[in-house]
Amino acid sequence: MTDRKKGTLDRRYVMRTIVAQRGDTLMVTGLGSTTYDAGTVDHPNTFCLWGGMGAAAMTGLGLALAQPERRVLVMTGDGEALMGLGALATIGAQHPRNLAIAIIDNEHYSETGMQATHTQRGVSLGAVAQACGFAQSETIYTEAELEAMVPKLFGAEGPFFGVIKVNTQRYPMSIRVRDGAYLKDRFRENLLGAERAYY
Amino acid sequence: MKHESISRVWPDDIFDALKKADVKQVAYVPDAGHIELIASCTGDPDITAVSLTTEEEGIAMLAGAWLGGDRGALLMQSSGAGNCINMLSVPLHCRMPLLMIVTMRGEWGEFNPWQLPMGQNTERVFQDMGVYVQRANHADEVGQVVYAASQLAFSSNCVVAVLLSQRLLGFKDWSK
Repeated sequence: MTDRKKGTLDRRYVMRTIVAQRGDTLMVTGLGSTTYDAGTVDHPNTFCLWGGMGAAAMTGLGLALAQPERRVLVMTGDGEALMGLGALATIGAQHPRNLAIAIIDNEHYSETGMQATHTQRGVSLGAVAQACGFAQSETIYTEAELEAMVPKLFGAEGPFFGVIKVNTQRYPMSIRVRDGAYLKDRFRENLLGAERAYY
Repeated sequence: MKHESISRVWPDDIFDALKKADVKQVAYVPDAGHIELIASCTGDPDITAVSLTTEEEGIAMLAGAWLGGDRGALLMQSSGAGNCINMLSVPLHCRMPLLMIVTMRGEWGEFNPWQLPMGQNTERVFQDMGVYVQRANHADEVGQVVYAASQLAFSSNCVVAVLLSQRLLGFKDWSK
């Protein structure tokens, strides 16, 4: 494992860059740092998971199946994705064309003391997604590569899988709204309209 | 192991109840008790049936379905109840409906002792977690119980598990 490339991108820069081009994309973010990052650019079309570690990818699948005409983007961390690895097999088999998953991969469990995740020890989530039958899977390290990937997150045939290697910079937790019932109602009302959201 | 070819009506009754409840996404972990129902859901053009690698995936998927305006159901066996526990935090905390149709193992005439710890505790661990548990013990009540459970889940934004007694699945005599 010599000469492994290190992530140099800043996670909040990555979040801002992606969200700036989201349009009407529906987003799901995973526990924990990715949800905190999303809190700095909050939007009614974003559902932030503050629990259910391992849920992000499958929540995205259910949403993508319910809204086949809309683009769905899941953003989550490497640790969160590793806890629900089977989901990549399920999504590969289901092959939703409108779903993209972006992994903010800092190779650490940020919230629990910066222990190494398996991605630091040679496990490639991008290769897993590829082997699971995703339409496309890329792993990137630089700003230029990020710029090239963003349009694919929103437009390439799905399921698209992007691993974005970031540095280990930690930010203070952005305590934004975190009541799940509120986040769910806000998301549904914005997407479906009040009448259908609460019927 | 050969599957007995007993013809049973209640899987169709469950399917009719799910259709009546406007269920659009069905997540399932393959299970002998749900053979006919899985086939019916897979064959229905208005239902997306998704095979899972583990039950908790289905809970997250149906949370996403609900966010997108679809009603869903999770088909599973009681052996998977334990796999669900932490993931139930999502629908429970977010007050999202979740309908689970659970075939029981580890009770009526069970031949495999490894099924007992989860089967005998399924109802309790679900209830401890805040899931409303409803039982169907007789073939002629299954459809009604499932439909009533769907109303409870979708009208009250709560998590409901219908436990289908192992007695409904028939007794496999492994002593022969």
